[in-house]
Amino acid sequence: MKKHNNLLSGIFILLVLLFVYAPIFSLVLFSFNANRSLTTWGGFSFEWYGELFRSREIMNAVVWTFIIAILATIISVIVGTFAAIGLSKNKKLFRNAVINLNNIPIVNPEIVTAIGLLLLFQSLKLQGGYGTMLLAHIAFCTPYVIITVYPKVKSLDPSLIEAAQDLGATPMRAIYYAVFPQIKVAIFAAAAIAFTMSFDDFVISYFTAGSTGTNISIYLYTLKRGIPPTINALSTIMILVVTIVVTLNFILTRKQYKEV
Amino acid sequence: MFHGPLQTSVREKRKVKVKPYTFLGIPYYILLSSLIIIPLLLIIFYAVTIQEQGLYYKFTLIYFRQFFNETEFVKVMADSIVLAVMTTLICLVIGYPLAYYITKRKPITQAILVLLITAPMWVNMLIRTVAWKQIFDMINPRLLGTDFAIIVGMVYVFLPFMVLPIYTVLSKIDPLLYEASADLGGSNLKTFRKVTLPLSISGVLSGITMVLLPAATTMVIPRYLGQNRVLIGTLIERKFYDSGNWGYGAAIAIILSLIIMVMVLFTKKLDRNKEVERDEKA
Repeated sequence: MKKHNNLLSGIFILLVLLFVYAPIFSLVLFSFNANRSLTTWGGFSFEWYGELFRSREIMNAVVWTFIIAILATIISVIVGTFAAIGLSKNKKLFRNAVINLNNIPIVNPEIVTAIGLLLLFQSLKLQGGYGTMLLAHIAFCTPYVIITVYPKVKSLDPSLIEAAQDLGATPMRAIYYAVFPQIKVAIFAAAAIAFTMSFDDFVISYFTAGSTGTNISIYLYTLKRGIPPTINALSTIMILVVTIVVTLNFILTRKQYKEV
Repeated sequence: MFHGPLQTSVREKRKVKVKPYTFLGIPYYILLSSLIIIPLLLIIFYAVTIQEQGLYYKFTLIYFRQFFNETEFVKVMADSIVLAVMTTLICLVIGYPLAYYITKRKPITQAILVLLITAPMWVNMLIRTVAWKQIFDMINPRLLGTDFAIIVGMVYVFLPFMVLPIYTVLSKIDPLLYEASADLGGSNLKTFRKVTLPLSISGVLSGITMVLLPAATTMVIPRYLGQNRVLIGTLIERKFYDSGNWGYGAAIAIILSLIIMVMVLFTKKLDRNKEVERDEKA
């Protein structure tokens, strides 16, 4: 009976994985197509990869996606981590109020956050561009940093900082030596979430980047004449990078599963 | 004698010591108020005011009235919600058993499977949607533009958001509970109904919220898989970009937020009822 169930559930899992990976497989396959067509196979070629690297527009979008994601991650992680530490020392009423406000952009549809920021920048007469886009990304990444780091900070023993200070540490040193090592994992997790959110973002970037700013998503969305196979080539490279990162990460953390 | 002064000095010191940390949050409080709270207030402001002679603002509900009078727009809103609800239900029907079956595997297999399900999320969402467009182009281009294509795309993109929270709660259930249920004579089905389901309902609810919200507002999926069909996200976009009618766009956004909020509260309410039932039986 158990074997039978296992087989059925295995088939089910396999079907879902097929559903999940079919489009990705097709993307990768057609990036090597000699035809311009995305649906009929015309032989193997690296043509689209060459074209991808020659396309200044796409390269520009890729570079800016990285720049914004890296800056937004660094800034939101610093601001959010310090806020989480500070928040844990505040009064409960204030703390809860801040956490509730913090959750607004997380539970609000992205498009609402996006038009709010657009209205803000327009009211301040700020020209849309990479500056406003970065501000917007910091605005939606920081709440995720807070909800990732704050619970960890809260679970620390509050007398830890006091102990460090009683031993003569300045407040900053106390945080650096007594708090950071213990919340390091949460900070890394927060950075990974912030980077992914920023890297993948479309709606908020689209509304705040004005007519000058661009990133991968905006480039794709505003393409006038269908999707060129260079996009398949770009996706294949991104998929390759993600696969390598995820696999490495998995190998490095595999020990913990073996112990279980 | 020595005891007293030392204690007071410690207390004084502590007062001075604890304070600096509360200042750490200041950059964040500035960010929170300027980039999160003020924009929301601006949306409300724009939605309920109209500028007269370019000088002063007057309170008005004209945009809301206008929206409900344009049957076409109301239909777009209804369509978006129906598609999002169907997507959510399908995600639940696929995602729950998937998460459940994954928890029945060895820890290492579980880790690999969760990784495999979530890894595509790291690929840009527009690219994943475009990939589906290519697949539909290959099998049957006539499907593009139908509800079916849109739902397939949304299920594809949002399924991990359903699987992850459910998997998280299911994997935390103590296996001894299943054994206990079996020892007490519970059938598999009964164990599922009385043990697994009640303990995983919180994951199901957060999964529902995490799928429903983005599915109801997406602009990307209807563009590629709906042949530029207008859903509510696109409608708001057009109000801002094509017609420059911000007040109207803001009003639609508020209506949308309110509807979604009601739906989320409604699902939360379902959970509370379940809890009450559980308490009564216990």
